[in-house]
This record gives sequence, C-alpha cells and structure tokens, in this order.
Amino acid sequence: MTAVILIAAMAVTTMALRFLPFLIFGNKTPGYISYLGKVLPQAIIALLVVYCLREVSVITAPYGIPELIAGISVALMQVWKRNAVLSILLGTVIYMILIRII
Amino acid sequence: MISKAFYRSLPVMAGYIVLGIGFGILLRNAGFGVLWAFAMSVFIYAGSMQYVGIGLLTGGASVITTIITTIMVNARHLFYSISMIDKYKNSGRYKPYLIFALTDETYSLLCDDKGPSADTIDRYRFYVSLFNHCYWITGSVIGSLLGAVLPFSTRGIEFSMTALFIASFTEQWITSKDHIPALTGLISTVFCLIVFGADRFLIPSMLLITLILTIIRKREESPK
Repeated sequence: MTAVILIAAMAVTTMALRFLPFLIFGNKTPGYISYLGKVLPQAIIALLVVYCLREVSVITAPYGIPELIAGISVALMQVWKRNAVLSILLGTVIYMILIRII
Repeated sequence: MISKAFYRSLPVMAGYIVLGIGFGILLRNAGFGVLWAFAMSVFIYAGSMQYVGIGLLTGGASVITTIITTIMVNARHLFYSISMIDKYKNSGRYKPYLIFALTDETYSLLCDDKGPSADTIDRYRFYVSLFNHCYWITGSVIGSLLGAVLPFSTRGIEFSMTALFIASFTEQWITSKDHIPALTGLISTVFCLIVFGADRFLIPSMLLITLILTIIRKREESPK
C-alpha cells in the first residue's frame, strides 16, 4: 500500500512539473518565456549530452576514449548525411566494439 | 504520417527498450513484479526518476521525501514544457497527452521538428510521443519478465541515448545561425559538473543556463 502511494506521489509530481508552465503561461506567453522557448532547446540538448557522459572518467582508463571516438563519429556522420538514425546506429556500434577491445 | 512518426521515433526505440529492461530487472530484484513495472512506466514515465524511485520504494521513504526527490530529479521538465508552450498551443485534444509524455528523448525529437505538414503536426507529435511511451513500457515489462537473464551481448547499447543527443546537438548546430545558446548550455553544464559533481549538477546547470541566456537577452534589447 505504501508503494502505491509513493508511486502515485512520483507520478503526480512529475505530471505537475510538466503541466505547470502550460497552466501558468498557457494563453498569453510573455515575450521572455517565448525567448526562453527559442533558445533553451539548444542549451538543454547540450546539457543532456554532458548529462549522459557525466560518469565518464578522463583520468582513469579507458579515459573516455570510447565515448570520445563514438561521439565524434556520431557528429561527423550527422554533418555528412543529416540522418539521425544512421548517425546513432554508427556511433552505438562503434561504441559497443570499442568497449570490448579497449 | 504514422509511418513518418514511427521512423522519427526509431532512434529512441533501442535506448528505451534497453533502459526499460534495466529498470524492470532492478525493480524485480527489489521485490516488485511485472504489474509494478508496468504501472510505473505507464503513469510516471520518467526514466531516471523511475530508477531513483526503486530506491525510494525499498528504502521506506516518506511521501514528502518522495515528492522532493521527484522535484529535484525532474525539475528539467519545467524547462522542456516552457520551450514547448508555443508549439503545443493549438494542439487541441492531443495537448494533455503531449504534455504528459514530454520526456528527455521525446523532447529532443520534437523540439525542432516541423513534421510532415502543418495540418498533421499535432497527430504526428502525438504518435511520436505514443511510440516512445510504448517502447518504454515494453522494455520495462520485458525486463521484469526476464529477471536477471539479460543477454550479456547488449552491453554498451545504452550509448544510443547519448548518440541521440549528440546527433540532435549537431543538427541544431548546423541549422541555427546563432550558436550562443548551444555554447552557453555546453560550457555552463561542464562548469557545473566540475564544481558540483555528477550527482547534483543538473539543477545548478539549468539555473546558470537560464541566468546567462536572460542576461544575453537583456543586453540585446537595450538601446545601443
């Protein structure tokens, strides 16, 4: 029973965080909020990249080399073909190979 | 249109199924079976929070602790929502679900996506969101059923999530003229990671990013 309540608390809190901005600014979006909406995506994507790599250690082996090589492969593939599925497939395969051989 | 949405959601599929399996296995090991995994993935639908939630469930956390932890882990969703207010403004009956299902990955797919056409954009966004939700639920159910029998050979496939964000970052970099927001995000986050450490840099990063972007806007608007 406690578990049900805790799960409900997590669900409701998460929903509140997602809905709150819409409920507050829903009808007339202030210029400042529109501006944030325009520039935040790029900044947050950058944040998420760093977030995914937060556990990578550059001072102990393998020094983040698999992540670095695989990550650069993704970026280069994206610049070359502009196809996200292709870039992600290539990067993931390279990463899976690298962590087995390094 | 549905097939376009499906194709768009493909990069998330592998990541969500693998991460979902990991979650299902951990939750089963903590003593909660497949129905729990299913319910959490349907109703909470926030990956990292569900991982943290396992610890709360087994550690006998109070409701208050659970709510505060959820706010800390999921505060970034405020920012996702803020940046989607204008885009979801006229989404009609799809709007509640689109907001509910706005995860990191769905956000990264939809924040810059104009869709196949202007009149089908909301259905397109709805299906992308729904497919992702289904992958996540499917993964956690499979994980719960598999128990500890995860095939070893999938080690490293979680990089697909990182790769997704790097591909989005690169794409945005190519298509936008102003790189200040991207650089602000990158530098602020790395700075906060070094200063605050891997467990608690997320919120400071978001505050710092918002602060810097706000200052930049003020400067641009002020008369020269």
